[in-house]
Amino acid sequence: MRGARRLVVPQVLRDLLAKRSGRIGFVIVCLHLSVAVAAPMIAPQDPTHQDAAAMLQSPSLAHWFGTDRLGRDVFSRTLLGGREAMLIATLATVIAMAWGSALGILAALIGGRADAIVMRFVDAMMSIPWILMVMLFVAALGSSSVALVPVLGFSYGLSVVYLARAATLDFVTRDFVVAAQIRGHSRWSIAFTELLPNVRDSLAVQGAMQWSWILLAVSSLSFLGMGVAPPTPDWGQMIADARGIMQRAPWALIWPMLALSSLVIGMNLAVDAWARATGVERNRRVPGA
Amino acid sequence: MAAVLLQRIGLALVTMVIIAVVVFFALELMPGDACSVNLGRGASDSMLAACHTRLGLDQPPIWRFVTWAGDFLRGDLGISMQRERPIAEIVGWRLRNTLILAGVTSVIGIPLALGLGVLAGLNPDGPLDMAISGVAIFAMTVPEFISGTLMILVFSVILGWAAGVVTIGYKAPAFELVKASILPAATLIFILAAHILRMVRASVVEVMQSDFVQMARLKGASRRRVIWHHVVPNALLPAISIIGLTMAWLLGGVVIVESVFNFPGLGRLAVDAVADQDLPLVQAIALLFGLIYVLTNLGADLVALILNPRLRTRRQ
Repeated sequence: MRGARRLVVPQVLRDLLAKRSGRIGFVIVCLHLSVAVAAPMIAPQDPTHQDAAAMLQSPSLAHWFGTDRLGRDVFSRTLLGGREAMLIATLATVIAMAWGSALGILAALIGGRADAIVMRFVDAMMSIPWILMVMLFVAALGSSSVALVPVLGFSYGLSVVYLARAATLDFVTRDFVVAAQIRGHSRWSIAFTELLPNVRDSLAVQGAMQWSWILLAVSSLSFLGMGVAPPTPDWGQMIADARGIMQRAPWALIWPMLALSSLVIGMNLAVDAWARATGVERNRRVPGA
Repeated sequence: MAAVLLQRIGLALVTMVIIAVVVFFALELMPGDACSVNLGRGASDSMLAACHTRLGLDQPPIWRFVTWAGDFLRGDLGISMQRERPIAEIVGWRLRNTLILAGVTSVIGIPLALGLGVLAGLNPDGPLDMAISGVAIFAMTVPEFISGTLMILVFSVILGWAAGVVTIGYKAPAFELVKASILPAATLIFILAAHILRMVRASVVEVMQSDFVQMARLKGASRRRVIWHHVVPNALLPAISIIGLTMAWLLGGVVIVESVFNFPGLGRLAVDAVADQDLPLVQAIALLFGLIYVLTNLGADLVALILNPRLRTRRQ
């Protein structure tokens, strides 16, 4: 199942759409992505425009989702509220997957003492809850979206090291790897030409999962006031902002919650279906990671 | 047995040392230090120099690490930048409050999770399992700050059963904190239980298909006897180490949940410390959380070792 099957796009799509839950997830994620891309064009109003004459208005024709405590249009803000978090998540995922899989594959390939030392460090760093790790850096660097990318990319790469190492260990003693070693190939060449193609499926599934975890992390940080900074609209920030007025204006709270939850649930459904179809062991959310 | 015990304790010690190194030197690599971050860009050179001398930042990093870690072991966590008070004093009460919250969560959440996990696993894909697993997947997927806010919306705003935010101070007596931790603990239980029960369910399903359960059934043992004597003890053993691992999540989740409910614990203090750019305080809290995690995991390991003779031989 996990063999050297080509990871071509139509195959991935077919895997994804094979089951109903996968189809639902795929549609939700696609919808979110297209809204995120098209939002600046389709948002009916300026998401940062404050209107003192229209504060806390309930949903109406002028404001489909109502307005928040500063009279801003909740519909426009919800449409635009995922963009920055998704962008940060995408960049951080690329970083996490790159260093995490490189280190994991090499650790499994080299083995011995180097492997043991690397894993002990990764283990220790994973015992610090990710949020405190990130807060440590945010306290030093100040909260900015630019700083979040490397920080999250580093913290979330730790669990990728684990997964890449475990996936690689299944292959390092196989004949084709041993043959390459005997042929005198370098470690890098073995890692890239022999191992990477075999663990690619596991890593791709893991990458999709990482993306949704990092998205949650960014939203949580924005909620705490350490992530996406105003005036850029963001779901986590909108939820934090609307909490104090949930009795008077529940719409300002519910729409960003629905948006974020639906995206994450959709992503989970899609990844689950994909993992099942490719026969990859789906790595559940590592507690704490 | 003794060798395995020593090995586990040794590993835990090594992990603690690495955590201390990471927490200390991560900030060394950053531009700026506790003084420049706290005083801001406008600080004059003489102010910075005075601050450096006061905190001992003019010493070489290795030496500072040794004194920092040594002081930590003796219970001196350093001085908070913003609050100008010993960190141990600030952290003490909040650590107690967080431990109360974590205690309430574990005492109710863990038995609940084990029970629900066994129930779901005994009839996999039955209606009960579908309901339990469905809610569990929702709880595991949706972020903590949304579940917490939903709890406030439902139980406080709509039903009016409990206060939505905690208003008592951090020095309040313990029983008041137990009362205040109802909704925060409910949020943590909702998520914690979901993680544990999924594992227990999987483990029950696996044990139910094992040969010894088949054998017990074929011998004609009653369903109740099979479940209580054969399935449950064997299925719950792996759950113990999962509970230890889930503590890492609990400690991280506590930061967000405490902030949602305004609970006066260590997690919210960490958020405040970041907002105040109080590096020594953030460092101390990160180290504390790391140590708590290592200790709970060591505890879970030792309990598993006592209950499961199969783990007692040394493995490579």
